[in-house]
Amino acid sequence: MLSIIKKPSALIGAIALGLGFLGGVAQAANEQYFPLQSYRVGPYAAGGTGFFGGFIDYLQYVNLKEGGVNGVKFTWSECETEYVVEKGVECYERLKKGLNGAPAAATNPLSVGIAYATLDRSAADKLPLITINHGRTDSTDGSVFPYVFPLQLNPYSEVSAIINYIGDKSGGLDKLKGKKIVTLFHGSPYGKETNPILELLAKKYGFQLTLIEVPHPGNEQQSQWLNIRRIKPDWVILRGWGVMNPVALKTAQKTGFPADHIIGNIWSNSEEDAAPAGAAAKGFISITTHPSGTNFPVLQDIDKTVIKAGKGNLQDLKRLGTVYYNLGVVNGILNVEAVRVAQARFGKRPLTGEEVRWGFENIKLDDAKLRQLGAYGLVQPLKLSCSDHEGGGAVRFQQWDGKQWKVISDWVQADRKLLRPIIEESSHKYAKEKGITPRDCSKES
Amino acid sequence: MIYRESGQFVTTYGADRRIFKLWQQRWALYTLLGFAFAVVPFIGNDYWFSAILIPFLVLSLAGLGLNLLTGYAGQISLGSAAFMAVGAFAAYNFQLRIEGMPLLLSFVLGGFTAAMVGVVFGLPSLRIKGFYLLVSTLAAQFFVTWVLTQFGWFSNYNSSGVITAPPLVIAGYDFSSPAGRYLLTLGVVTVLAFLTRNIVRSELGRHWMAVRDMDTAAAVIGIPILKTKLLAFAISSFLLGIAGALWAFTYLGTVEPHGFDLSRSFQILFIIIIGGMGSILGNFLGAAFIVLLPILLSNLSANFLAGVVDPGQLENLQKIIFGALIIFFLIKEPSGLARLWQLLRERARIWPQRF
Repeated sequence: MLSIIKKPSALIGAIALGLGFLGGVAQAANEQYFPLQSYRVGPYAAGGTGFFGGFIDYLQYVNLKEGGVNGVKFTWSECETEYVVEKGVECYERLKKGLNGAPAAATNPLSVGIAYATLDRSAADKLPLITINHGRTDSTDGSVFPYVFPLQLNPYSEVSAIINYIGDKSGGLDKLKGKKIVTLFHGSPYGKETNPILELLAKKYGFQLTLIEVPHPGNEQQSQWLNIRRIKPDWVILRGWGVMNPVALKTAQKTGFPADHIIGNIWSNSEEDAAPAGAAAKGFISITTHPSGTNFPVLQDIDKTVIKAGKGNLQDLKRLGTVYYNLGVVNGILNVEAVRVAQARFGKRPLTGEEVRWGFENIKLDDAKLRQLGAYGLVQPLKLSCSDHEGGGAVRFQQWDGKQWKVISDWVQADRKLLRPIIEESSHKYAKEKGITPRDCSKES
Repeated sequence: MIYRESGQFVTTYGADRRIFKLWQQRWALYTLLGFAFAVVPFIGNDYWFSAILIPFLVLSLAGLGLNLLTGYAGQISLGSAAFMAVGAFAAYNFQLRIEGMPLLLSFVLGGFTAAMVGVVFGLPSLRIKGFYLLVSTLAAQFFVTWVLTQFGWFSNYNSSGVITAPPLVIAGYDFSSPAGRYLLTLGVVTVLAFLTRNIVRSELGRHWMAVRDMDTAAAVIGIPILKTKLLAFAISSFLLGIAGALWAFTYLGTVEPHGFDLSRSFQILFIIIIGGMGSILGNFLGAAFIVLLPILLSNLSANFLAGVVDPGQLENLQKIIFGALIIFFLIKEPSGLARLWQLLRERARIWPQRF
C-alpha cells in the first residue's frame, strides 16, 4: 500500500517542477503571443483541429512571409480544452500571462461555454476575447462589453440575413407576405436564441413562422418532419448542431421535402454536416461567413510558403480549404490585422491586450485592403468601432453539390439597424445586473 | 512511533462532544485552516486561485453533498449536477429579483430551493433502491436542464440563456478579485464542512448509516425511514445547491444550464468513489485527485513533451496515465483515498514496527 509513496521527495520534486514552470518569466523577446485554447481530442476534435490548424498556419505564414508584423514575430502555445469549460478556464489562466515575456494578444477559444466562463476574466485581465461567428449576441455592444468581440456575425444577424436572402429569392422583401417558413431548432439555449428575432421579422414582413424544436442530440426527427410536411412551408431554416444536421437532411428526403429549400445556419454549414447525409444533402443551402475551397491567393500562398515547406499544422492535408480550416485562417487574418492596426498607433513592439483591443476596435477592412491580403471574397468587408464589436453582419450562401460547397450568392447583409435596439436593450440589462457603467463611445479615439 | 495518540483522557462531557478528540487532529486542522485563510491569499497567484483552488473547493463541497446521500444514507444518485443547477439559478434569481438581497443569504436560499427539488426527486427512494433509484434521479438531471432552458424566466430572458454572477459584495467588502473569490469559497466550504461533520455524528447521521446498512432492520428498530431518506435528499441537495451557486458565481462567472450536465454528475460520483464513501475528508482527497491530477499531468506534458509529441497524442497519453492511476488506486484500496490516509496514519503510529 505504501509503496506508491516510498519516495515522497521524488514525487514532491516532480510536482514542484511541473507547477514551478508556470510562473517562469524569461527575457522579453520581440514577439507577440497567442494563447491557444485548442481542442484536438474529444467529440469536437474535427472542428478544433481544422480551426486551430488554419489559425496556426496563418500565424506561421505571416512569420515566414513578412517576418511577423513590422518585425514583431508571432509565437503561440497550445493548451488542450477538449471543449470542456473547466479545462478552458484552466488553460486561460495558465496562458494569459504570455510566453517567455511575449505578451498575450487575445484569446480565441471557439467554444461558447469557455467564452462565457472567461467573459468576466477577460475584462478584468484586459485581454480581448474573440468569439468569431458566435458568442453572446449582446456583446456586440462594445460599450458594455469592452473586451468581447463576436466578430463578423452574431446570431441575430445570422437569421436576419437568411430572411433577407429568402426575400431576395422571392423577388423582394414585400413578397414575403403570406409565405410559410419553418425553423427547426436545436433544443438548447443556442437553438432558441434567435427565436424572438424570427418572430419579430415574421411580424414585420408578414410571413407565417412555425418554430419546431428538436431535442438534443436530434438523431430522431420523424415527427418533426411529418409536421413540416403537413405545414408545406416554402422554406425550412435549419438551426442545427452536430448529428442533428445530417439526420434532418435524411429525414427531409424521406418525407419528401426538397433539400434546396432547406437553409442551414452557421453551425450547419460545414462538410461534416452535409457529407454524412450522402445523396440526401445534395442541393442543401447554408450560410457561411467565408467560402470554403483554396481558390484565394492567401490560401494558395499558405500552401506554398507554409505547407509545402513542411511547417503546416494540419495532419490531414486534404482538410486544407475546408470550412473550419478557412474559418481559422479568417480568424488569423482578423487577429493579425488588429495587431497591425494597434502597432500603427502604439509603436512597433509587442503589445498588451489593452492595446490590441484598440486595434480590434479600429479594424477597417475594405475591398482594397482585402485584395492586398489576398482574401477578397474570403473575408467580408469589416469595420469595427467602440460600440460595434461585430463589424460585418453579412453572409454568403453556399450549396452542397454532393461533394463540396459551391458559393451561390454574393454577400447578403443583415438588417443591423433593426437589431441594434434589441441588442442594446439586452446589454443594458446586463450592465444593470452587473453594476457596469457603459463606456461613452463618443469619447473614445 | 511517529506520533502517539494514547494518554489523552476525556474528563468532561464537553470534551467528549468535541468534533476532533485528539489534539493532533485539532492541531493539524488549525494549522491547515490558518494556512488556507491567512497565508495562501498572499502567496497564491491568479492561476492558483481561479484555475485550481476554487474549482477544487467547490467540487469538494459537491462531493460532500453527494457523499451524505450516497456514502452515509446509501441512496445512490446521478442527479447531483441538476441540484447544483437549481442552486445556481435559484441564487441568481433571488439576488436579481429581491432588491438588497445579501449575497450569502441568496446562496442559502438557493440551497433551500435545491433541497426542495431534491426532496421531490427523492420521493421514489421510498419504494425503489439501487440502480432503479439511479435511473429516477437521472430523470432529475434531464428534467432540470430542460426546464431551465425551456423557460426564459429562469435566466431573466437572457437571449443566450445564461446567468451571470452579480457583484460579489458582502457587507461592503468586494470579493470579486481572484483572492477574494477564493476566500469567499473557502469560508463557505469550511462552515458547511464543519456542519456536515456534525450532522453525521448526530442522531440523524446514525439513522442514515442504519438505513444504508439495512433499511428493513432500521425500520424494525424504529427509525422513521421516510423522514430519514427525505432528509438525506434535502440536506444533500442543499449542499449541492450551494456548491452550484459557488460554481456559477465564484468560479465561472457566467454559466449556461448545459454546464450542469450528466458528465458533471458523473464527475461528482467519481470524486466520492475515489475519495471514499462515508467520509468527510475523502471528498477533499477525491476532488484533489480528479481536479488537480489532470492539471498536473497537463502541465508536466506541456513543459517536457510539447513539440516532441503531437499535441493530440499527448492529450490521449495523459488520459491513459490518469485512467491507469485510477485503476491502480482502486485496486490498491477499493475504499478510496480516505481509507488510504487512515492506513497511513495507523502505520505511522506503530512505526517502525509493522504490526
